[in-house]
Amino acid sequence: MSNRLVLFAPLLVFTVFAPVLWLALERDPQELPSAREGQLFPDFSLSQLVDASKTLQAEDLRGEVTLVNVWATWCYACTLEHPMLNELATEGIKIVGLNYKDDRAAAIQWLERRGDPYAFTIFDEHGSLGLDLGVYGAPETYLLDAKGMVQYRRVGVLDERVWRDDFASRYTELVLAEENG
Amino acid sequence: MSPEFGHVALIVGLCLAVIQSAVPMCGTYFGAPRWMHMGRSLALGHAVFVMLAFISLTAAFLTDDFSVRYVAQHSNSLLPTQYKVSAVWSAHEGSLLLWSLVLALWSAAVAVFSKTLPLVFVARVLSVLGMIAVGFGLFILLTSNPFERTLPFPPMDGSDLNPLLQDIGLILHPPFLYMGYVGLSVPFAFAIAALLGQQFDSAWARWCRPWINIAWVFLTVGITLGSWWAYYELGWGGWWFWDPVENASLMPWLTATALVHSVAATEKRGVFRSWTLLLAIFAFSLSLLGTFLVRSGVLTSVHAFASDPERGEFILLFLCLVIGSSFLLFALRGPAIRSRTGFSGVSRETLLLVNNLILITSTAMILLGTLYPLIADALDWGKISVGPPYFNFFFVPLSLLLLASLGVSVSSRWRHTDPSGLRQKIKLPLIASILLGVLLPVPMASWYDNSGYAPSAAVTLIFTFWVLGASLHDALIKTASGNLMKLPASYWGMLCAHCGIAICALGVGLSTIYGVQRDIRMDLGDSIILAGYRFEFRDIRQFNQPNYVATQAEFAVYVGGVLERTLSPEKRHYHAGGEVMTEAGIDAGLTRDLYVSLGEPLGSSSWSVRVQVKPFVRCIWLGGLLVALGGILATADKRYRRRRSPKQLFTGSSGRASYEK
Amino acid sequence: MHPVRKQRLQWILLILVATSIGIGLVVYTLRQNANYFYTPSQIASGVAPLGVALRAGGMVTKGSLHRIADSLEVSFDVSDGAARLRVHFTGILPDLFAEGQAAVVTGKLDDQSIMRATQVLAKHDENYMPPEVADAMLEAYKRPDERARVDEEPYYEP
Repeated sequence: MSNRLVLFAPLLVFTVFAPVLWLALERDPQELPSAREGQLFPDFSLSQLVDASKTLQAEDLRGEVTLVNVWATWCYACTLEHPMLNELATEGIKIVGLNYKDDRAAAIQWLERRGDPYAFTIFDEHGSLGLDLGVYGAPETYLLDAKGMVQYRRVGVLDERVWRDDFASRYTELVLAEENG
Repeated sequence: MSPEFGHVALIVGLCLAVIQSAVPMCGTYFGAPRWMHMGRSLALGHAVFVMLAFISLTAAFLTDDFSVRYVAQHSNSLLPTQYKVSAVWSAHEGSLLLWSLVLALWSAAVAVFSKTLPLVFVARVLSVLGMIAVGFGLFILLTSNPFERTLPFPPMDGSDLNPLLQDIGLILHPPFLYMGYVGLSVPFAFAIAALLGQQFDSAWARWCRPWINIAWVFLTVGITLGSWWAYYELGWGGWWFWDPVENASLMPWLTATALVHSVAATEKRGVFRSWTLLLAIFAFSLSLLGTFLVRSGVLTSVHAFASDPERGEFILLFLCLVIGSSFLLFALRGPAIRSRTGFSGVSRETLLLVNNLILITSTAMILLGTLYPLIADALDWGKISVGPPYFNFFFVPLSLLLLASLGVSVSSRWRHTDPSGLRQKIKLPLIASILLGVLLPVPMASWYDNSGYAPSAAVTLIFTFWVLGASLHDALIKTASGNLMKLPASYWGMLCAHCGIAICALGVGLSTIYGVQRDIRMDLGDSIILAGYRFEFRDIRQFNQPNYVATQAEFAVYVGGVLERTLSPEKRHYHAGGEVMTEAGIDAGLTRDLYVSLGEPLGSSSWSVRVQVKPFVRCIWLGGLLVALGGILATADKRYRRRRSPKQLFTGSSGRASYEK
Repeated sequence: MHPVRKQRLQWILLILVATSIGIGLVVYTLRQNANYFYTPSQIASGVAPLGVALRAGGMVTKGSLHRIADSLEVSFDVSDGAARLRVHFTGILPDLFAEGQAAVVTGKLDDQSIMRATQVLAKHDENYMPPEVADAMLEAYKRPDERARVDEEPYYEP
């Protein structure tokens, strides 16, 4: 009898072990919930990137479901997600750029080279808006509803998979809610 | 060949695998030989279609088809052709496809080379392999399709292959490693087939052995190549880091090494039957676990692929299914396994048992060390990393123990060895190795500017000479009686592999103990003297390459005022991704490597520089290759090529399982 | 007792004792060699032990990297957004080390809470942040009161 039990030992050890692996999987170290989710986009008064004479405010982000994309020329990952943003813009999605701690001339040149998917870009030279938003780093993307409320936030590259899995349904929902009243 | 064609081929391949996993297995239950025969052609068909899929992905790389997302992410039109090919398996999706291809090729090999085995047995083996192929096929198609397009806006050019991977090491390392990893699925399938058919005799072990050996040889070469690649390509002279991903490959290797030995005992003496079966299951389970750790991103590692919980869940599910069901099967069928014949305390069996214990203990301790951070994190004990000291603390003494038993084992016999005869045989090598080992570090202390006598070097040398001495001594005794040619290839294989282990240990020990390393700041014209070599920083210049700018330094190495060698370490800045690479300047030699790498510029003409002299570091990889060569020799033994007519097998004792149902 | 049984019992006892010693040793060594990860905030609050090998990490603060002339000694700060940790290190910094990028250091704290690092790791990949650093910054972020004390210096920059 005891012999038979010994034969079950590997199975038992494994059954004890497997949940640990599962738990480890559950803890996604990259996930960063936002303190801003469900709150209004913070107030700011900053110049526009291309036209320095224009001043932008939080009101400019309202009235339409909007993506706010934090980017900078020093951020390598931003170059990776840029084609995706261009694609989204051609599909009629409103994207606002937040140029974060950057050099104005370099940023303008960067957009000229890679295409400009942004309706307009906020120039946050000293990162003050970034601090209010709680930006960890670039790139980050915020999904705002028509009232300027942050509905979702994503740290890291926005590629096709991220869009499909995490943004697409939220975006559509918000747009539909807006249309229905 | 368009990527869509590859995608379709992959789907067809998966369908064939589904049939392959079901039909022959059902055939064994219904006693339908025609169904069982289908296994072979299905396995071949599956291999053909996976091969087509692989070729079409390779074609997409060669033709710079950047509409395929995977190609766009990992290639570039400027990439040299050979790296376009190796880029196919440089990241997750493609390497999984390579994995599937390797599995398909192994199944096809089993289908082709199993003509002499009982039909029922082959049918079961191929079905099990088919099931594994279904798992991986689904994994690729559902979570990591390499053929995905980014239409309608394909990028103009790809974002280039990571420069670390633009190297001959990457062309060779993964295919070899995968041949080993996946090759372990064959003994696994054999074990499951044995459990299903309740056939655990020596014949089973004999069928299994060549497959185990070949898979193990590939794994050995794969790990050796990986270590060598890390040494020269990462630029800082380390060859093993106890990184989770390295551990993921070492654990199946240790288990497979145990399996290679225990299956020998099962074949020759009919002992350790259930243990051998269990080891076959363990080895493949560990290679699956390794896949899980690497692909799911649960561990922090320099090698880890981009993390993706979805993929992790799939592999974990597959892992649980495979391991859980095989352990259950083992528990249910285990009682039928009876090991024959006992053996005395002093015998080859006992020594193999010791060897297995040591190897499995090492595996368990590496497994614990690798998973401890996971466990701690899951249980909220804090964020922990387990460093090399833990692994070294256990691995070094266990390896020494292994070496000690290795020397005795060569001279031992099956069943019973006369203790006094054995003592007589090992006396000479024992004394010689202790003498040499104790005395050699005396002059060595002055060769390498190491202060004083190094006892650890003495220990290394004693154990290494012990294994080498005992092996050579035994070979001399055996050949002295004049029947040199009569000694089977497997004997020479064993000798070669054992000496390889000893030489590898010698390299590890001496390069660690006598290796000197200095990080210093050097101005143009400065010199540093290390282990009797004078390194002079002579020149620094820049030059342009199509895809990077290199800063190349020139170091002249003098021994006693005579110019010995010029080394040219580089710092490369790649245009595409902005990566910086350190290319070390290495002068390789059997007894020592000179290794210079550039750190960073500290002003106009001064640099931080790492200068190293590494005695006998080449022995590490030389030993690895000898081990692999030993495996090849053992597999080439005439014994496995002896043709037996299928009829004989059906009627013989080994055919017991054939038509029992 | 039947002699065969007795022998078997002895074997089982031996195996049990050997395994428990083995497991005990492994657990002990694991605890000895496990380097705990602390965030700069935790270290600032005095939770981390002094003189024990540990790991810490964060973003390398811009402008904090200083070299000591004529040697390979460097000092820099890492920050998790709430507190800063000064690190001293002698040696060659990894290729990927840069201000504004994540770094993980291994070493011991001296009595002035300066990290005497023996190893510096850095990795910046497409979108890689060492998981520990991401967690550390998240932790710091959860405590708004401490966040208010962050000095003006931005912590994530080119």
